[in-house]
Amino acid sequence: MKNWQLIATLEDIPPLGSRVVKTAQGDIALFRSADDQVFALHDRCPHKGGPLSQGIVFGHTVACPLHGWNINLEDGQAVAPDVGCTKRLNTKLEAGAVYLQI
Amino acid sequence: MKKLKLVMVGNGMAGVRTLEELLKLAPDLYDITVFGAEPYPNYNRIMLSPVLAGEQEIEDIILNDLDWYAQHNITLHLNKKVVRIDRLNKVVHAEDGTTAEYDRLLLATGSTPFILPVPGSTLDGVIGYRDIHDTHAMIEAAKKYQHAVVIGGGLLGLEAANGLALRGMDVTVVHLMPWLMERQLDKAAADLLQASLEAKGMKFRLEAQTQALIGSELGRVSAIRFKDGTEIPADLVVMAVGIRPNTALAESAGIHCNRGIVVSDTLQTYDPAIYAVGECVSHRGTAYGLVAPLFDMGKVCANHLARMGIARYQGSVTSTKLKVTGIDLFSAGDFTGNEHTEEIVLHDAAGGVYKKLVLKEDVLIGAVMYGDTKDGSWYFQMIRDGKNVAELRDHLMFGQSHLGNTGHQGQSSAAAMPDSMEVCGCNGVCKGTVVKAIKEQGLFTLDEVRKHTKASASCGSCTGLVEQILASTVGGAYSPQAGKCKPMCGCTDLTHEAVREAIRERTLTRIPQVMQELEWRTPNGCASCRPALNYYVLCAHPRVAQDDPQSRFINERAHGNIQKDGTFSVVPRMWGGTTSAAQLRRIADVADKYAITAIKVTGGQRIDLFGIKKEDLPKVWADLDMPSGHAYAKALRTVKTCVGSEWCRFGVQDSTGLGVELEQVLWKLNSPHKVKIAVSGCPRNCAESGIKDVGIIGVDSGWEIYVAGNGGIKTEVAQFLVKVKTREEVLEYSGAFLQLYREEARYLDRTVHYVERVGLDYVKQRVIEDEACRKALYERLRYALQEEKDPWATENVNPREFAPLSI
Ligand code: SRM
Ligand SMILES: Cc1cc2nc3c(=O)[nH]c(=O)nc-3n(C[C@H](O)[C@H](O)[C@H](O)COP(=O)(O)OP(=O)(O)OC[C@H]3O[C@@H](n4cnc5c(N)ncnc54)[C@H](O)[C@@H]3O)c2cc1C
Ligand code: SF4
Ligand code: FES
Repeated sequence: MKNWQLIATLEDIPPLGSRVVKTAQGDIALFRSADDQVFALHDRCPHKGGPLSQGIVFGHTVACPLHGWNINLEDGQAVAPDVGCTKRLNTKLEAGAVYLQI
Repeated sequence: MKKLKLVMVGNGMAGVRTLEELLKLAPDLYDITVFGAEPYPNYNRIMLSPVLAGEQEIEDIILNDLDWYAQHNITLHLNKKVVRIDRLNKVVHAEDGTTAEYDRLLLATGSTPFILPVPGSTLDGVIGYRDIHDTHAMIEAAKKYQHAVVIGGGLLGLEAANGLALRGMDVTVVHLMPWLMERQLDKAAADLLQASLEAKGMKFRLEAQTQALIGSELGRVSAIRFKDGTEIPADLVVMAVGIRPNTALAESAGIHCNRGIVVSDTLQTYDPAIYAVGECVSHRGTAYGLVAPLFDMGKVCANHLARMGIARYQGSVTSTKLKVTGIDLFSAGDFTGNEHTEEIVLHDAAGGVYKKLVLKEDVLIGAVMYGDTKDGSWYFQMIRDGKNVAELRDHLMFGQSHLGNTGHQGQSSAAAMPDSMEVCGCNGVCKGTVVKAIKEQGLFTLDEVRKHTKASASCGSCTGLVEQILASTVGGAYSPQAGKCKPMCGCTDLTHEAVREAIRERTLTRIPQVMQELEWRTPNGCASCRPALNYYVLCAHPRVAQDDPQSRFINERAHGNIQKDGTFSVVPRMWGGTTSAAQLRRIADVADKYAITAIKVTGGQRIDLFGIKKEDLPKVWADLDMPSGHAYAKALRTVKTCVGSEWCRFGVQDSTGLGVELEQVLWKLNSPHKVKIAVSGCPRNCAESGIKDVGIIGVDSGWEIYVAGNGGIKTEVAQFLVKVKTREEVLEYSGAFLQLYREEARYLDRTVHYVERVGLDYVKQRVIEDEACRKALYERLRYALQEEKDPWATENVNPREFAPLSI
């Protein structure tokens, strides 16, 4: 069973930005959208492993910094016509604190 | 709120494209009902030719399958022809009694082939060429019969003839005029075309008038007789002599028609509740028969149906391509000319190449090309933009390829390329892959091809070739975006210029404000418009607008170049390519301390350190204690210099000294794209000033300034701007030029693209002739630079950007 871990406060992540979380399973990218939702994906693009945490966030999408694939933050799926998927993790937001299920 | 009812009559390419555009703009405004007389969902009619030629199957050419209609809650009545419009009660009636009420009605009934009213025209085996039904009839006939006659030597007729010939029939094309495709080609090009089609086995009867079609006892056509009394056998006759807009339905409802349903610039008929698009309409007296203009109409019509009401359709210039594999032919605009026009002609009969350009007062108005059409879309764009080509005239005929834009291996003719040949060297995409995607995914624009195949999506040097493949695959359906009115990105319909103007005039200083005022379609833009808006806002309101790091590409946010493994590179600034023992020692120490083993001297006269982890960047900068080289930014990169008069036996000016000075004045300059400068001490030009954004060459009596050179994807030689005497003047003139570029270029245009767009004469007028303007430009530049900071300086580093979180 995976546990909820307190990772950061919402303020630690810039709106339309992201932070990297170093974990035993590798880097996790935490994103914050303009509507203050928080999403977590493994920090590897399905294309050639680019660090998604370094991309530009718009809507609920991040553009990979290496070759510009768009990845949906909600489910980790590449936006058509590209095909691929990055593993996502559950997050929750409580009283301004961000939790990650890991 | 109750939804409005929209009914569309005619389930073809123009109508469905209009619905697609409408659904993008206002997905929930209407309950939509569609009537189609054919039993199929919307398919790609123009691909009937490849289907006939056996290159594709019907299933491949469906554009919107039944699921698409279901997903958008569209009520679809297939195989139902609408026969009456009751305008008083706003109801349409189909043949089988089905009715539908409407608030808005969209007529998109297309057209039907014109059948010559000669005796025998109703015999079996005499058909037009319009839909899947006709195509099946032709494929079946080719299995059973031998002799085919195609009446009409235009685009459609030749594509039909080619398909039938490939299916083994003996085909004769009968044409009334003295040469083929007389509406698109002049005689010289048509002769070349005819010769290549003859080589494929087709026969031709030109200037031949059909008198009658003769039938067998079974009631099927068996021969065709001409006015001169001669006859040839024919088991299948395809009439491709023209189309008639389907206006009967509209006319019966009392809607004004005149060789087409008459519409205004908003695609409205005389009844304001009824719109019409496609081949059935007559707009400003013209009825179009190619899809590109119909798509333009669809876009405007959707805008009005969505109640946005800002678009106008003002007519289209069309271009033509024949979709016969192995034949390259292109024509656009007015290619016949008259006493007020001039022609440039290249005719290589043996090589099978013919090109004619028609100019009127230095504006290109028409082009015909045969055999080598790679520049077709380039010329077409110039025709549509009405661009003045005076400056290009000398090499206009040699085309854009003259300036690059070829495939990776330098090939430039799409027709001659085998499917396996690489088109795009960056993404390794072959011609076959591009063609397949265009056909199977129903792609019509360069952007769509880029998205689906990645071809031409990176460095863009193969764009011309990809456009050519697109044009020869979809024929006249391809229309390059007119540069003048190209929107910034999918989030808006506004151009870069319109957005910049609004930012300036309405003093918009923040990106969300811009998006709100200019009614962006997306909540926070996309990865393409946000960086542009950030630059525009900062450039228009220096010291007032706030930078938005989240709208910058990672390189500019982390002040280093991201590498394929996610690490970064660090390039410290070395003024004018000069350094010192102390600096080199410090670099060596940093390399040891952070175990940096990959060190390289760049092409820009400085040193690059590779493989640095993001979290280490601030420490590396602090230890280096050198300013940022901005090697990652849309900003001033390097000022390359040569040895100059200090040491060199030929040097006549102190190029090193001037280069260092220029770099120290300009080093914090940000710009639409990167800027590179070079200063050479004499005309031997060892610093390569001839391919820089600003290139300066010392001569005995002063300095020559060159601008808009580029050494990258397409090498462009810089153009002479002015000669000045003093170093102060070099600074003022170069600075003024760069500020003009900063204020007016589209984001991601290098100086060469900007100057190409506005013309060197304009630049000279602003920077050289108008002294007050030059001084004001230079002053604005200095003002903007005054408070720029070194992003690497410890006090400017944002720790949140670099420190990772941990559990
Ligand atoms: C490091 C360097 C190669 C080297 O080892 O010599 C280099 C490296 C890159 N160049 Fe370059 N270019 C380098 C000199 C050049 C030059 C030569 C010059 O500046 O004298 C050119 C041709 C001159 C010109 O730009 O007009 C050059 C033309 C390009 C282009 C094509 C630009 C164009 O408009 O056609 C790109 C692509 C782009 O910018 O979109 C590019 C892009 C790149 C990028 C940034 C690719 C990227 O987006 O990641 C490379 C970054 C590698 C890295 O991580 O550091 N690089 N690049 C050179 C750095 C010079 C410096 O000190 O800043
Ligand atoms: C073989 C072929 C090759 C072509 N090649 C090219 C090319 O290379 N490049 C290019 O640009 N163009 C090409 N065209 C032309 C292009 O296909 C047309 O311009 C385009 O399809 C017209 O679109 P539309 O929506 O106006 O008409 P259509 O696509 O014809 O759609 C009209 C539809 O309305 C239906 N309809 C009509 N009346 C009624 C009614 N009363 N009730 C219900 N339904 C009705 C018709 O059955 C038809 O399905 C080609 C055409 C053909 C036939
Ligand atoms: S450094 Fe420049 S030329 Fe070399 S691979 Fe990178 S982008 Fe291409
Ligand atoms: S690695 Fe992400 S787009 Fe290539």
